[in-house]
Amino acid sequence: MSILLVLICAAIGIPLLALWGDGRRGAVMFIGINALVLLAILALALRVLWNGPFTTGDGQFMVDDLSIVLVLVAGVVGLGTAFFSRSYMAREIVHWSLSRRRVRLYHAMFQTFLTTMLLALLTNNMGILWVAMEGATLSTVLLVSLFHTAEGLEAAWKYFILCGVGLAMALFGTILLYFAAQKVLGHDANALLWTHLKTVRHQLQPQVMAIAFIFMLVGYGTKIGLSPLNNWLPDAHASGPSSVSAALSGLLLNVALYAVLRVKVLVDGALDPDFSGRLLMGFGVLSLLVAAFSILRQRDVKRLFAYSSIEHMGLATFAFGIGTPLASFAGLLHMISHSLTKSAVFFSVGQAVQSIGSREIQRIRGLLELSPFLGWAVMLAVLFILGMPPSGIFLSEFLIVTSTLQVQPWLTPFLLLGLGVTFAGIFPRLQGMVFGPAPAGVDAPPVSGIVPVFVQLSLVVVLGVFVPWTLIQWMQHAARLLHG
Amino acid sequence: MTIAAQGLTWGIPLLRLLAALLLLLAFAMLAQRRLLTLIHLLAWQGVVLAAGTALVALLTGQAELWFSATLTLALKAILIPMVLHRLLRRLQVRGDVEAVLNIPVTLLAGIALVIFAFSLAAPISALTGTVTRGMVGIALAAVLLAFLMMITRHKAISQVVGFLAIDNGLFFAATSATLGMPMVVELGVALDALIGFVILGIFFFQMRETFDSMDLRHLERIREE
Repeated sequence: MSILLVLICAAIGIPLLALWGDGRRGAVMFIGINALVLLAILALALRVLWNGPFTTGDGQFMVDDLSIVLVLVAGVVGLGTAFFSRSYMAREIVHWSLSRRRVRLYHAMFQTFLTTMLLALLTNNMGILWVAMEGATLSTVLLVSLFHTAEGLEAAWKYFILCGVGLAMALFGTILLYFAAQKVLGHDANALLWTHLKTVRHQLQPQVMAIAFIFMLVGYGTKIGLSPLNNWLPDAHASGPSSVSAALSGLLLNVALYAVLRVKVLVDGALDPDFSGRLLMGFGVLSLLVAAFSILRQRDVKRLFAYSSIEHMGLATFAFGIGTPLASFAGLLHMISHSLTKSAVFFSVGQAVQSIGSREIQRIRGLLELSPFLGWAVMLAVLFILGMPPSGIFLSEFLIVTSTLQVQPWLTPFLLLGLGVTFAGIFPRLQGMVFGPAPAGVDAPPVSGIVPVFVQLSLVVVLGVFVPWTLIQWMQHAARLLHG
Repeated sequence: MTIAAQGLTWGIPLLRLLAALLLLLAFAMLAQRRLLTLIHLLAWQGVVLAAGTALVALLTGQAELWFSATLTLALKAILIPMVLHRLLRRLQVRGDVEAVLNIPVTLLAGIALVIFAFSLAAPISALTGTVTRGMVGIALAAVLLAFLMMITRHKAISQVVGFLAIDNGLFFAATSATLGMPMVVELGVALDALIGFVILGIFFFQMRETFDSMDLRHLERIREE
């Protein structure tokens, strides 16, 4: 029941926001709904804490140690985004003179997106997982082009076509998975349930599973932003509202990687784990390096951090590719910390871009002088995303590098190169943005939108300094699950 | 799910024939320059798909596949082509499409893709006993040909036709190779397709409003610095 409660709370918000989601009440309602969803998620987490993993609805819905951690993150980031969206969108609506209808569309689509993310994490059916991922793409297309600018339309079109094509491949992979499952489980409506598949995973035909995995990795990998399929990601992040960029980086990429991990568990039963491991490591390192060197060339601040998302997701994918329990643990920690930190980066940077009125890094100056609150938010969020010590990202990156040294030492220089280049690409620009005199004639932004930045960053510090015991247990169980 | 013995003698060759038609239509789309004919070809592909689904329903006696076949016929053979047709008139897109590569080269590339698809699907085909041999390969080939069409076209509508053709290939894989996916999944996929189509419609009008044209070359402004 508790799983359904989460999904119902989230889904009920869609019609409410579609009907009354404009003006001041819309933003408040958006926050209220997501606060309710977070409460339902906390209740679900308590139940998992007491009773362990379970399924409901004839096995159609499932929660286990892997998904509960990501569901919690989705709840926190969802509420944070709703909170940020209130003050941020209030100014955007005036700036672009958005009609009431378009504001309702924004809220309803955003809520649809959050609901599909939760559905993807909580379903037990690999087919429904695909349906939810596609739903997430569709609901964000119109968000990316919300302002109807030429640039936004281009980004949305690219996003729609590339992710649509990617997901078509993932669907083909899912069909092949069902094809393999049929040989063992029979022509049965339950043959796509992950828990059923996991019990018979050693009997699935390896040849079919190998091809199915490649299709699903490429398909869902498009949404993770793995290189060379990452073309849509910087454009979509840059052109949409910053609240959408935060949700894309904080939630969508994680959930896509989660889908790949679910498939990986199944494939590792049918084939040697080295098969999936090498593929993930390869794509991971490639994405890390490509993103790191692209960062050096960026002039647009939102594109800069979009590439940084590709870099971090590449690193997490790589960690799961190594496949030792420690590396998987680190990968999971990295996903969580990145999700909380990157959405905080987009909140603070989005606020700065809005005040200055330009996304060009050259023109963003003197944020500390403009508003100390905003300046500190940008500085801390960016330092954390670069992996500075008190943040959880430092811990996860440290663990990933050490487990690489143990298992595949020859890959360590590539990792360090990627991390080093990213640091060299972002850090000097951070100094330019934060210090110096503020540009003339710019109003200080409202502080209320910055609050979630500090909330989420303090959670990241908790992850880096003292990970709560229950969370450690969940992540250890999940790592063991991924290890097979 | 098994197929009755009397069905095997005529049912399987008929399914193979439909598969061949699907592939043929995919090639015809690749070679077609005119948008209007392209939409007609897409509609025919929908008809073939619905016929294939109905045939599998008849052979295996699954009631839900009849439902799926009806849905396919209504959606993919009638509704979507009709809406595309009206869009074409409403937006007054000029009738001709130009390909990036010339058509013979595109067709040759298409043949290479079909060979690739068959060799990729060969290990899967070898595993399956009777009915579905070769179907995965054909479906994959149809999907790849639709990809190729999307890559070589500039007009938004022809890219959408390519997108829908990919969908057709995938549906064919689901019905002919696995004899139908679970109902929940199939309904979900159909729902997504429908929503995607509605969103595309909205999107077209936004594009028209902003650019006064449906040519995707307007959408090449974002450059990497």
